Amino acid sequence: MQGYLSLWDEYGARIMESFWANLQLTFWAFIACAILGTILAIMRISPIPSLRAFGTAYVNIFRNTPLTIIMTFGVLVLFGVFQLQLSDDFNFNFFQIAIIGLTIYHAAFFCEAIRSGVNTVPLGQAEAARAIGLGFLPAARLVILPQAFRGAIVPMGNVLIALIKNTTVALAGSVAEISGLMKTMIEYRADQGILIFLTIALMFVVIVVPIGILVTWLSKKLAVAR
Amino acid sequence: MRKNRFGAIAAMAAVAALTLTACGGSDNAGDEGGDKVRIGIKFDQPGLGFQDGSSYTGFDVDVAKYVANELGYSEDKIEFVSAPSANRETLLETNQVDMIFATYTINDKRKERVAFAGPYFIAGQDLLVRADDSSITGKDSLNGKKLCSVTGSTSAENVKKDVPGVSLVEQQGYADCLGLLETGSIDAITTDDIILAGLAATSANKGKFKVVGNPFSEEPYGVGLNKTNDKCESINTAIKKMIDSGEWQKALDKNTEGTGYKASDLNPPTKFEACS
Repeated sequence: MQGYLSLWDEYGARIMESFWANLQLTFWAFIACAILGTILAIMRISPIPSLRAFGTAYVNIFRNTPLTIIMTFGVLVLFGVFQLQLSDDFNFNFFQIAIIGLTIYHAAFFCEAIRSGVNTVPLGQAEAARAIGLGFLPAARLVILPQAFRGAIVPMGNVLIALIKNTTVALAGSVAEISGLMKTMIEYRADQGILIFLTIALMFVVIVVPIGILVTWLSKKLAVAR
Repeated sequence: MRKNRFGAIAAMAAVAALTLTACGGSDNAGDEGGDKVRIGIKFDQPGLGFQDGSSYTGFDVDVAKYVANELGYSEDKIEFVSAPSANRETLLETNQVDMIFATYTINDKRKERVAFAGPYFIAGQDLLVRADDSSITGKDSLNGKKLCSVTGSTSAENVKKDVPGVSLVEQQGYADCLGLLETGSIDAITTDDIILAGLAATSANKGKFKVVGNPFSEEPYGVGLNKTNDKCESINTAIKKMIDSGEWQKALDKNTEGTGYKASDLNPPTKFEACS
């Protein structure tokens, strides 16, 4: 116990700082992937074949590429070969590249979550929208998507939960986040061993469980009564 | 239906019991036989511990083979096991390996869980740069330079502490760092000198990189052992014998050939861990 408390004395501030980086990654990447994912979903349900093909291709490519590879690509290719500098701050540059990587990957899943929501909207709704003279975009914006979002709360929540946990992959992108710090702590505090793992795991549980409960509650509250 | 399900559970339990006994059986055979020795090494560290097809190469491996031979295990009695940094203490505590030769720095936190013999080498943190780069001569010339090291390693922590505001890329392995160094995105890789020499000595990298040779830390590599071991003394004797006979120097030269690397003055080690 004494040893475990000394671990917090030694690393407490850095644990919080690193975990905060994970939460920041989650926040920005979720906003960006929601926007990109919605655009992709609109493409995939649009009447224009080339847009549909693009949306399908995007989803299939990035849903099937391991996130670690996307992150490594960001560092070894974007930074390594093309010397990409999004920011003058050396470390912030990697943070931004990591957000881009997380966004690209999770947008594919977000798009599919929306599409599953679209499937909950009866075909009659789209037909009715057309019948009163709405084009594709107005129909999507005013009739289809509002119902689709409400029907897709649970899958969108799953994307968010996966995203929170996947921020640890930013480790491969040279971001100072919690799983990197965990490695450091294991290296320096071999005496604590498995307790270090459990501590980090518990921190994620503390964040993810309330989100799961909130999502379930929202999905009931916002379900479209039909 | 209900009966069937019960039958299925019973069958599963039976299978599980069988599997468990099978495991226990093989474990016992290994312990009682005692004719094999399991040695933990790195599988991915060229020049130290490296899996090359079905054979293993590197300085750690050479020392391990010599020591095992002195303890009475010929080469075909050695079973090499992968021992990644984060797993080393667990592997020893649970007796999954008998000894570890895996760039294992002796320190007090680790001694709370495992015992050490040796050291068989004193490494020091150093820098690897492109062969044509003469602007980096040591720790003090790192201002404004970009560095690469492995996430969570002692080297990464040291350099963050010693060079405030350093631009450090942290990667999963030193091979990734090498790619960045080659394209010029970073200026130097930092970790223990012998690891750097091993990287530079691989056939793909020969002549491209050089070790600066100005180490700024002391990392005594020990032989990791279970706390209840009885081999510590004999391992120390074996290492002494290897150094005195010249085999130690031969192994070192062989694994760092062509890099111009010279082990620091602290080598070969003269002071060994007191075995308890």
